[in-house]
Amino acid sequence: MIEPNRKGEVWVFAEQEDESLCDVSLELCGRARELADQLGVKMGAVLAGWNVRELSYRLIAQGADRVYCVHDTELEHYRTLPYARVMCQLIAKHKPQIVLYGATALGRDLAPRVASEMRAGLTADCTDLEIGEYRDPKSKTTHKNLLLQIRPAFGGNIIATIVNFDRWPQMATVREGVMALQAGDPGRTGEIIDEKVALSEIDKAVRLIERHREERSVNLKAARTIVAGGGGVGSKENFALIHELAGAVGGVVGASRAAVDAGFIGKEHQVGQTGTTVRPALYIACGISGAVQHRAGMEESAKIIAINWDKDAPIFSVAHYGIVGDMSKVIPMLIKAIKERA
Amino acid sequence: MSYDSIVCVKQVPDTANVTGDAMKDDGTVNRAALPAIFNPEDLNALEAALAVREQHGGTVTAITMGPLGACEVLRACLYRGADRAVLLTDRRAAGSDTLATSYILSQAIKKIGKYDFVFCGRQAIDGDTAQVGPQMAEKLGIAQVTYFERFVDLSGRTARIRRNVGNGWEVLEVRTPMLITVLDTANEARPAAARRVMRYKRARAADEVIKDVATAMPDASDAEKEAEQARRLEALKINALLLEKWDLDDIDADLMWCGVSGSPTKVHRIQSIVLTKEGYTEIPPTEDGVKQLVHELIVDHTLG
Ligand SMILES: Cc1cc2nc3c(=O)[nH]c(=O)nc-3n(C[C@H](O)[C@H](O)[C@H](O)COP(=O)(O)OP(=O)(O)OC[C@H]3O[C@@H](n4cnc5c(N)ncnc54)[C@H](O)[C@@H]3O)c2cc1C
Repeated sequence: MIEPNRKGEVWVFAEQEDESLCDVSLELCGRARELADQLGVKMGAVLAGWNVRELSYRLIAQGADRVYCVHDTELEHYRTLPYARVMCQLIAKHKPQIVLYGATALGRDLAPRVASEMRAGLTADCTDLEIGEYRDPKSKTTHKNLLLQIRPAFGGNIIATIVNFDRWPQMATVREGVMALQAGDPGRTGEIIDEKVALSEIDKAVRLIERHREERSVNLKAARTIVAGGGGVGSKENFALIHELAGAVGGVVGASRAAVDAGFIGKEHQVGQTGTTVRPALYIACGISGAVQHRAGMEESAKIIAINWDKDAPIFSVAHYGIVGDMSKVIPMLIKAIKERA
Repeated sequence: MSYDSIVCVKQVPDTANVTGDAMKDDGTVNRAALPAIFNPEDLNALEAALAVREQHGGTVTAITMGPLGACEVLRACLYRGADRAVLLTDRRAAGSDTLATSYILSQAIKKIGKYDFVFCGRQAIDGDTAQVGPQMAEKLGIAQVTYFERFVDLSGRTARIRRNVGNGWEVLEVRTPMLITVLDTANEARPAAARRVMRYKRARAADEVIKDVATAMPDASDAEKEAEQARRLEALKINALLLEKWDLDDIDADLMWCGVSGSPTKVHRIQSIVLTKEGYTEIPPTEDGVKQLVHELIVDHTLG
C-alpha cells in the first residue's frame, strides 16, 4: 500500500497468551495514547484469540478508544499466517497510520510478515517514539506529523531517527520495559468492535502439534537491584562472582550482549536495546563498557554503580558512583563490605 | 526423499570488536578498522542445511547480497560443504532497508527455482532486527518457522520442527517449501574442512578475477590484462570454481522495490551522543572506599 495516510488511528497489536495480555502491549498502549492525542486521532488495539474478549476492558483502561476483537478458534494459539491475515485485513479495512508491536518472540515473527505484505516500513527495537516532521531533501517537501522512530544505530555513540513518509502504515517494534506502564483508568470507556476475518486453507496449513511454556526464570524488570556483568568478566567461571554479588545484595543478575554472546550467561539476562530495559533502584555494572545499546536499557536506573578499570569507559557517563579498578578485586571487597554492614 | 536447501548468509562488521582502535574521535565507528565476519547465526543456518543434506541427500546453495568482499563468506560456505554459491551484487541495491533486501533476495531465490527449504540465521548482529527472514517468506508466499531448534521429524513433504519461543518451545508441523530462521543454540556449526579449503580457496567471482589480475600485473597493458583475465576465468570454469555473480537484471528485479526507492524506512537524522564525564562520585578501589559506598547506600535506603 503506497498512499500515505495521515488521518488514521494509532494502533497497538495487543499480544496475549493463554488469555492474559503481555506487559509490553499494555506499556505500548500508554505511548500510543499520547501519540494519538498529539495527532488528534483515536487509539485502537487489535486483540485476536479465542475467549479473550474480556481483555478488551484492560486495553481500554490503558488508553484504547477502540478494541478490534477477532474471535476464532483458529486464533487460540499464535501461528504466523492466521495472525498476519488478521492484521493485514484489519489494516486494509481501517487504515491506521501507525501500528506498534511488542518486540517479543511473537511480535518479531509477526510484524515483519505484515510489513512485507503491506509493503510498509518497520523499525525494530525502538527506544523512543515521538511525533515530528521531516523534510525530504529530494522533493523539498516537509512531511508533518510523522512517527519518529528512534533507536541506537550501529556505529558508535549514535542514535538514529527513522521515518517513513511514503508508505503506510508506519510500524515499529518496542522491547518490553522501554515504555513505562501507565496506571490504568478502569473508569475509561471505549468501544469493542467485533471483527470477522476470513482465513484461507493456506493460512491454516501450519499445525501446532505441541506447546510447552515455562515460568520466566529471570525477572529483570521487577528487580529492585541488578548486578550486571559484561565482556570484562572474562569467562563463564568468573561470572560466579557476579552471581555472588547479586546474592549478597539480594539482586538479579543482568548482562551485556558481549557477555551473552560469549556464552557467559543466557540471553534472558541481557539488558539493553535488544534485551530488557530496566529501571531498578540500584544497577551495578561490572566490566561493562557502556555502549549506547547497553545504556539505552539501564540509564534510567535510580542509582548506578560502575566498576571498570578503564576510566574513560562510557559507562561512567551515566554512573552515580564510579569505581575505577579491577572488578575481580573490587567485587570481593564489595561482597565483604555488604556482609559486614550493620 | 532428498531436499534442496538455500541458505542466505551475510557478511557483517564484527560488532563485538567496536573498541579502542575502531572508534573515531567523534564517537562513531571507523568501519574500515572493523574486521568483517560471517554473521554468527548464519553459520548455524548453514549447518542446519548441511545436516539435512547429510541425512536425506539433496543440495545446499548459499547466497549472499553485498559488495564484492562478501565473496569471503561464500567461500566460507564452500569450505563447510555448500554445493553452490551465488553473490548478489549491484550498486542499485545500495541503501536497501530490510524490506528491499528481502525483495531482492526473494527474487534471487525465485531464480534458483526449485527448493524445499530456505534457511537464514535468526538475525544479523549489525542490526538485530530479525526481519529479513519473515519478509522473504512472505514475498515467496511460503510458511515461515522462526527460532528453529531442530527437526523432530522430516519425511516426505512434512516436517515437524521444534522452535524456541523464549518462554518455552513448541512443535509445528509444516509442509515444504518453507523458510526457517535458525538460532545459535540450534547446533554447533562445523569448522571448515581442510580438504575443501585447499580446493575452494581459489574460488572467485568474475569481478574478483579482474581485481586479482590488476594487482598481479600492475604494469601490463590492457590487452595483456584482458588475456590473463580470460585465461583465469576459463580455468575457474573448468575447475568449477567460478562463483556466480548476479545483478538486479539477472534476477528480474523491479527497481522500484530495490535500494532507496524500495525502502520505506528513511534515516531522518543521526545524532552523536555527547558523553559527560562529570557528575559521578569516584570511589577509590579500596576496602575503605567500598565500605563507605555501602554505608551510603544503606543510609539512603538503596540497599535494604
Ligand atoms: C544492533 C545491536 C544491538 C545491541 N544490543 C545490545 C543490548 O541490548 N545490550 C548490550 O549490552 N549490548 C548490545 N549491543 C552491543 C553493544 O554495542 C556492545 O558491543 C556491548 O554492550 C559490549 O558489552 P561490554 O561492554 O560488556 O563488553 P566490552 O565492549 O568487551 O567491554 C568490556 C569492558 O570491561 C572492562 N574490563 C575488562 N576487564 C576488566 C576488569 N578486570 N575489571 C574491570 N573492568 C574490566 C573494559 O575496560 C571494557 O570497558 C548491541 C549491538 C548492536 C549492533
